[in-house]
Amino acid sequence: MKADIAFGQYCEGSSFLHRLDPRWKIIFALLYIVALFLAKSIFAFALILVSIVLLVAVSGIRPRILLSGLRPLILIISFTAIINIFWLKGETLLVDFLFINIYLEGLINALLIILRVCVLVMGTSIILTYTTTPIALTDGIEQLLSPLAKIKVPVHEFSMMMTIALRFIPTLIEETDKIMSAQKARGSDFSQGSLVKRAKALIPILVPLFISAFRRAEDLATAMECRCYTGGKGRTRMNVLHSTWRDMVMLLCICAFFAGIILLNIYAPGYRFSM
Amino acid sequence: MSAIIKAEHLSYSYPADEDNPPVKALRDVSFEIEEGSFVAVLGHNGCGKSTLAKLLCMILVPDEGRLYINGKEMTDDSVTDEDIYDARRRVGMVFQNPDNQLVATIVEEDVAFGCENLGIPSEKIRKRVDSALDTVGMRKYARHATHRLSGGQKQRIAIAGVIAMRRKCIIFDESTAMLDPKGRKEVMDTILRLNREEGITVIHITHYMNEATLADRVLVMNEGSIIMDGTPGEVFSGAESLWAAGLDVPQTTELLWNMRKAGYKVRLDIFDPEECAAEIVSAMKEREALNGNS
Repeated sequence: MKADIAFGQYCEGSSFLHRLDPRWKIIFALLYIVALFLAKSIFAFALILVSIVLLVAVSGIRPRILLSGLRPLILIISFTAIINIFWLKGETLLVDFLFINIYLEGLINALLIILRVCVLVMGTSIILTYTTTPIALTDGIEQLLSPLAKIKVPVHEFSMMMTIALRFIPTLIEETDKIMSAQKARGSDFSQGSLVKRAKALIPILVPLFISAFRRAEDLATAMECRCYTGGKGRTRMNVLHSTWRDMVMLLCICAFFAGIILLNIYAPGYRFSM
Repeated sequence: MSAIIKAEHLSYSYPADEDNPPVKALRDVSFEIEEGSFVAVLGHNGCGKSTLAKLLCMILVPDEGRLYINGKEMTDDSVTDEDIYDARRRVGMVFQNPDNQLVATIVEEDVAFGCENLGIPSEKIRKRVDSALDTVGMRKYARHATHRLSGGQKQRIAIAGVIAMRRKCIIFDESTAMLDPKGRKEVMDTILRLNREEGITVIHITHYMNEATLADRVLVMNEGSIIMDGTPGEVFSGAESLWAAGLDVPQTTELLWNMRKAGYKVRLDIFDPEECAAEIVSAMKEREALNGNS
């Protein structure tokens, strides 16, 4: 079960978003992020809300999975929200109790920040991690960065490292489990004691894990050499990335979204976001 | 039939490190492997089997002796990297640990890895990968994640990766050692099929005697040298030398050997349990008939 966490990000599927070219997806995600940060008018935020609903609908990913993806952010979100609510001064005073002053503007600001952060995380993970396999993503990054190879940046080597790292995550997690069980059987205790004590208890896990990882690395290097791996030069790929009409449609949508945000900022300022 | 691999007086020592003297792993090893044959290599741990395999794949370079692959000498000083890659295209290797030889997370991507390294156009890779997966019976797992497969399935994927590169000779370096009986059978069936149907030369390094009985020829190694070389029947009939080298013999051979020691006239080169039982029954009947007569 644990081994699934590493790949839990990717949701199997065949939606419109799943079938996009990973190279384009990276560009789309970047454009989407920029657009989110350009939004100032409250109407632009409405558009953002519409866009995320559409993305969720098109991706076919269950909202529960998406919401659980937001869980790690709860702390940051609540922290920024609280700061905004209590410290931002505005014109309309809502609550005036002892030293606590809450203004309407602060409340709205807090809400918009929450919206922006949530959409940022959800949107990019829908476009990238939830609908793209890690391998496709690595391929996409490699090809997007391939012009850098001309100035001697080892793009292929980096992407190979990424691929192998991804490949070995489940193997190493399994191994960690095994070593932990073995150490528990010898009387180790990882769950009690002070933080320092618990951290110390991890050493007998990390040492064998590292030793075995090095052994695996050596084995893998031999195996790769036996399979005629000589680096990126002269290598072909079985799955060549193709951009299709889907990518063009998505590009149009993203551009329209981008334009919409800017236009709404200019012509329908409404409530101006102050951060 | 020509020899795909020919070794003459190969020797190899692992270089000394801080506190260990150099280890002589191979001493004066000579043999020829015929194209299309199935050769099993036996020997206890540390007898030089894996070193031999690494020499044949040119991961290691022998200290002395000559090695010919497909008639081309690989131990010459004039051998270029190109020649080595060329030889590696002919001789592939499947390793012991199924987890440590798969490169990609998706089955078909891993099978394609070798072909991609050779620079084959993508449509051709696709075809080769599909047919290689068919050969090992893993086609329906093409899009699966490699880490979810069983050990036997992982080894079959590794084999598919080797045959997708159209190699003529595959070295299995204890590829069945880490598998459960079911996985071992899957892999052995695949190996046999490759040898019998596709005509691929197989060098199978193993600890399992019953796997060695399936081979055409058995090489037994001890202390870095080849001490026995012959058909499984010939080799296992010399049970005492095998025991002296710290090895077992197949259970049938051991039983028959003990029968013979007890004075029964039985052949030693029988590896099939049924046949073995029949041989014992006939030997016992013969003995009874003799006893009855006297």
